[in-house]
Amino acid sequence: MSSEFISEYEVIHAKPKAFYETYARKDELQHQTHYCPGCGHGTIHKMLAQAMDEFGIKDRTILISPVGCSVFAYYYFDVGNVQAAHGRASAVATAVKRSRPESIVISYQGDGDLAAIGSAEILHAANRGEPIAVIFVNNAIYSMTGGQFAPTTLIGQKSTTTPGGRSAIHEGYPLHVSELLATLEAPMYIERVGLGDNRQIAQASRAIRRAVENQVRGLGFSFIEVLSPCPTIWRLSPVESQRWVREVMEKTYPLAVFRDRTKDAQPRPMPQEPPALDTIPQIIGVANGDVPEDSAIRHEPVTDVDLHVRVAGFGGQGVLLLGEVLAEAGLDAGLEVSWLPSYGPEMRSGTSNCHVRLSREPIDSPLVTAPNVLVAMNEPSLKKFDKSVQARGWVIYNGDAFPPECVREDVHVLALPFTQIADALGDARAANMVMLGALLEIADALPQTSVDAALRRLVKNPRFFELDERALARGRELYRESVREVCHAG
Amino acid sequence: MRKQLMKGNEAIVRSAILAGCRAFYGYPITPASEITEAAAEFLPRVGGVFLQAESEVAAINMLYGASSAGVRAMTASSGPGISLMQEGISYMAGAELPCVIADITRGGPGLGNIAAEQSDYHQVVKGGGNGSYHTLVLAPSSAQEMADLTALAFELADRYRNPVVVLADGFVGQMMEPVEFPQRATAPQTPAWAVTGTAESRGNLITSLHMGSDELEAHIQHLESKYRRAEREEARAEDWRTGDAEIVLVGYGIVGRILKAVTAEARAEGIPVGLLRPITLYPFPTRNFQRLVPRARVFLVVEMSNGQLVEDVRLALNGARPVEFFGRMGGNVPSHGEVLALVRRLARQYGVVMEREEERMAHV
Amino acid sequence: MNAEKRDRGLLRVDGNECKGCGLCVEACPPKVIAMSERLNHYGYRTATYVGAGCTGCGICFMVCPEPGAITVLRAMAQRSAAGSGVTMGTEGAMPCASN
Repeated sequence: MSSEFISEYEVIHAKPKAFYETYARKDELQHQTHYCPGCGHGTIHKMLAQAMDEFGIKDRTILISPVGCSVFAYYYFDVGNVQAAHGRASAVATAVKRSRPESIVISYQGDGDLAAIGSAEILHAANRGEPIAVIFVNNAIYSMTGGQFAPTTLIGQKSTTTPGGRSAIHEGYPLHVSELLATLEAPMYIERVGLGDNRQIAQASRAIRRAVENQVRGLGFSFIEVLSPCPTIWRLSPVESQRWVREVMEKTYPLAVFRDRTKDAQPRPMPQEPPALDTIPQIIGVANGDVPEDSAIRHEPVTDVDLHVRVAGFGGQGVLLLGEVLAEAGLDAGLEVSWLPSYGPEMRSGTSNCHVRLSREPIDSPLVTAPNVLVAMNEPSLKKFDKSVQARGWVIYNGDAFPPECVREDVHVLALPFTQIADALGDARAANMVMLGALLEIADALPQTSVDAALRRLVKNPRFFELDERALARGRELYRESVREVCHAG
Repeated sequence: MRKQLMKGNEAIVRSAILAGCRAFYGYPITPASEITEAAAEFLPRVGGVFLQAESEVAAINMLYGASSAGVRAMTASSGPGISLMQEGISYMAGAELPCVIADITRGGPGLGNIAAEQSDYHQVVKGGGNGSYHTLVLAPSSAQEMADLTALAFELADRYRNPVVVLADGFVGQMMEPVEFPQRATAPQTPAWAVTGTAESRGNLITSLHMGSDELEAHIQHLESKYRRAEREEARAEDWRTGDAEIVLVGYGIVGRILKAVTAEARAEGIPVGLLRPITLYPFPTRNFQRLVPRARVFLVVEMSNGQLVEDVRLALNGARPVEFFGRMGGNVPSHGEVLALVRRLARQYGVVMEREEERMAHV
Repeated sequence: MNAEKRDRGLLRVDGNECKGCGLCVEACPPKVIAMSERLNHYGYRTATYVGAGCTGCGICFMVCPEPGAITVLRAMAQRSAAGSGVTMGTEGAMPCASN
């Protein structure tokens, strides 16, 4: 042939530009792939690269490599590359795409990776309609690890872990991933193609192009399953393997478009611009300006304070709120505070309690194991915590009949039917605030303005706010009226 | 700055956002769910991504993706969920991807219960995943530290390109205390190594795979050099009244708070006790321990576990001083009373010299 | 050679990349690809263009699993060799086409 002859030809099919010229990440044979002769991966890679060339998206593309024979896909594709854990490529792709919505994200996975260990991740990525393209290479076997059974292995097909062939009784039936995903609402495009002959290969190329195009158009989840030869593990020649795809595999896995909603689909909305950086403290509620002026820390504590309070009762009695108001008020009054809800085994049987500390000094332990004030909103709570109260401490008990076994000579007691008292004020649920009123009067540590501020912060409903204010006042009154030093047991 | 009363779990998310976190992938679990819920509320409002994943396995692998894409990302879970995340944590350490993981520890093994324990120490500090790697581990003991150490966690994660765990117990997560936040938000930055779908980042590769033996060994040695640097530069602990301490109490998280109260009470009785509270569990504050050896007669490690931190204390002291252990489990908390009783016994057993009355009065 | 009689297509096989799987031989409609008798330096018998009859259909390229192993060329419309179409140099094509 003469040079004039050659120069009258133009290249129409050559290695796509989305591949590296030489595969520098490989440590040897840097001009050829690591795939076995006749392996479908190289063919599929080429289809993908051609689509990338066609849409001019090399810079925008992020390819997620799986675990399996195609773990080294990043050797070949001259795009952004992320290699994922076994089966997790769809989860990784999900987050890459969500954080970089302008990018083209392609998750490339085999059948062990996607259909077995990664079955949850692909199902949920598909169900969320993640706008990614997933290329699922199904060769009915675990190839890289040497030919073990896959969920896609055909009935009767031998593998190193089904030496007698797959039996439906023992391993169940081949998993039809495309059909499975096609039961979901969200996916945009699902097709199964094969590499069984020229016609199939041409269709596979079109399908892969389609999946890429869908993402370029900003549409949703696209999934292309490719029945792909593995001559080495199948122990067939490349040509026989191709035949096996079309004559055997295809019988179990029919080639079809299982979903196509691309025709009328609209591009998914792109995320909005993030807010200005200086507005973020306010958005997340930590800007100084968010704290109302009237509750700024400004009060000097009335007296020296070291409250160790335990509040206990049934769930629904407002135990936690009582504690929270106390802690908020303490903070407002410039004290060190902590509030710890009952947590763990104590939460059983619907009981509830919390630990509150108020002090001038930094709080060492927020756990109140020896309270100097116990607020017991019912009898079981009293019985549970009565013994823990410090000598000369206080017990505020919701009930006028103090159980005899709980009577101690070394503690002060305020025992009143707080629920009935609250009921008389208009709502039995305000019992917690009546008891808090009594506690505040006993502790004599917090200005009423701080209590008001705390209540305003925590009780948004004006009706309850008004009720709670009256309940607090009533509690203070009750203490002043009826306090009796109970060193009375004898 | 003004303080507001807030749960540790809620403080974490706000602090994360201020630190530039713009991706949160999580899966609910008691007692960490408030973190996930707060993330669901706030991340989308600051232009970030929140997604409840199908499992903790998926969640951590989504972090792998978000971090690969150069976004500051975090998740939160508790014991059983952290176990499931170990796969992804190992991959992220291997691929040198930064992220922050909050572990609000509950009872174990297995389903255990939902009460507070500190029994995730081994799986977090020693690394529950495969391979030669570490996570950096920070152990807050207050709501304020939940905020502060979360911000630090993001810094360290980027500085070392490594996962950082904020290891707290259910108490620290659930407790409300006054918290103050910085008033300036950190601008999200994209690191040069990230894969972002741009021409500039096209040549970047994120992988934990290194096929050649020498190549992998060199990679591990590179990781090791980072860990050595962290050991030199990042170890932190709170020393409290350890200067003249003959009995050194050791505990992290909520236990550190309890031991502070015990220290005060023991001092009031004239027993020269101090508290050493590790704030970084990895790198372990070994030098803080060694500094106390000349004066200390005995170290008492208190944990809400079967004794996990105590192993690192013994390694740090390397036999120089006896190390005693007291642990409660199942959600039970070591009480002041029982620890104090133990301190009194140790004082007798180890011949601790009681402070004279006038010295004691000087403290008061 | 007379331009009117030349083949519509031409292909070249890179003997360093071809792994000798034979899928192109099977796929080629005019059957103008054969396996070489010689082994390449990896020990593969590589695909070879028989030298005439290529239609430039591109099917061999499509089925080839090795991204860079096959390049397909097609005759340009009648124009001078110095035309502005994409042409390829002779150095690359000669040894491959005769591989």
